[in-house]
Amino acid sequence: MNLDSLTHTSGEWLRGSGPESDIVISTRIRLARNLAAFPFTNRASSGQKAEIEALVRERVAKLELEPKLSYVSVPTLSSLDRQLLVERQLISRELAAADGPRGVALGPQETVSLMVNEEDHLRLQVMRSGFTLDETWHEIDRVDDMLEQRVTYAFSEEFGYLTACPTNVGTGMRASVMLHLPALEHTKQIEKVFRALQKINLAVRGLYGEGSRASGHFYQISNQVTLGKSETGILDEIHGVIPQIITYERQARMSWLRDNRQGLQDKIARAYGTLCSATMMTSEETMELLSFLRLGINLHLVEDITIPTVNELFIQTQPAHLQKLRGASLDGEERNAARASHLRIRLREAGAHPN
Amino acid sequence: MKCQFCSNPATVHLTDIVDSHKKELHLCQSCAEQHQLVEKQELNLPAILQNLIGQHLGQQTDELSRLTCPACGIKYMEFRAQGRLGCPHDYVVFRGGLAPLLQRIHRSDRHLGKTPHRSVLPPEQQAELVELRRRLQIAIDREAFEEAARLRDLLRRKGCHG
Repeated sequence: MNLDSLTHTSGEWLRGSGPESDIVISTRIRLARNLAAFPFTNRASSGQKAEIEALVRERVAKLELEPKLSYVSVPTLSSLDRQLLVERQLISRELAAADGPRGVALGPQETVSLMVNEEDHLRLQVMRSGFTLDETWHEIDRVDDMLEQRVTYAFSEEFGYLTACPTNVGTGMRASVMLHLPALEHTKQIEKVFRALQKINLAVRGLYGEGSRASGHFYQISNQVTLGKSETGILDEIHGVIPQIITYERQARMSWLRDNRQGLQDKIARAYGTLCSATMMTSEETMELLSFLRLGINLHLVEDITIPTVNELFIQTQPAHLQKLRGASLDGEERNAARASHLRIRLREAGAHPN
Repeated sequence: MKCQFCSNPATVHLTDIVDSHKKELHLCQSCAEQHQLVEKQELNLPAILQNLIGQHLGQQTDELSRLTCPACGIKYMEFRAQGRLGCPHDYVVFRGGLAPLLQRIHRSDRHLGKTPHRSVLPPEQQAELVELRRRLQIAIDREAFEEAARLRDLLRRKGCHG
């Protein structure tokens, strides 16, 4: 698989379509699975990990999946390519940084990915644009069924799918929905939403998962409990709260427009203006400003630019993407200059002329 | 509210319920970070998990602390320190410690979801295969090639069970 081709597109999760895509960026489900006859990854020798990798590669190649998944061995990748896959949410930061034989099997649309020798032997992920929990679940359930015909999972009647960490045992499922919530953040109501979610055992994380900040006003909401509830029971719980959060965000956007239309317009115009003309841009500032531009498009305050363009810029301005696009390794300062220039060029191409 | 360790404002609030007694902790960001309860403004789940693993045990600790999994060789105390199990069979061997822990994390200790359509390996057989693999690894490390060949053959005869 040629990773360089990935840099020019935004991938599935930033496609910018699907139900409720003005607020819901993407839906992602992952299943943790282990092979019955091997020690867990953290306890496996390098030779055993190689054995697991070879076995999974061979079995995955036989899956009746169209199109087929291609396997990428992580140790053979440059650190830039690893970072690229992390930025596209195709592998975890943990897999990028781990030791020993490990890799990922990827579908060409980037909707399906299967990490091998992460914390668990197998971490299957399906990702789709928009609010599509049911569709995403059916897809991952289907791929999991196919895999299960080929490999023997570690499973017990009592505890379900057995995982290296007891926090994942049972269904092994983590379902998460990524939301763009600039207005709730602006009105500080976001804290209230978080507290309510925590009470029902749902976790809120930033863009790149555990420990990452909610840059660009992106938030991932996911289940914490994996044992004692069925997959559909867990999905129903998430399904129950997301529409409410979407309604709150829409209300907050409307009252922001009603109470301070000029202020909001100015904020968006300044964001747009800066993106089109700055000569140095940090990653953090870019996320913040693109977030306001995205809000402006959704509120029809910005007409000459589309959501897919903004989504593409979100990913292309990440450090590894930027360096791949430039074809050179860049230090922090150089990246800031390259980022600003990329934004200027792309927004002008897209026909931008800020009001 | 002030931090319980210094006089800065408390921004991290943790509540823990142990045998229906509520324990509350109010800390500032930097004290919470120092005690490894939070990381970069975010809750540090592994640290909390390790805390939980240690807390629920009570008088069972002695008995559990002597346990070693015969299949993968991990000791219960190693699991306690790392928060990661060594192999599927640990769920059988450390059951006494795990069931209450699972109850704390998930408020349940019984799987309700999907079940593989194919019959799964019986626990004893899973354990046996993991143990054979461990002995094979030891033989390889010791360069005891005859023993390694014998074990590899045995594994093959027992079925690969990927």
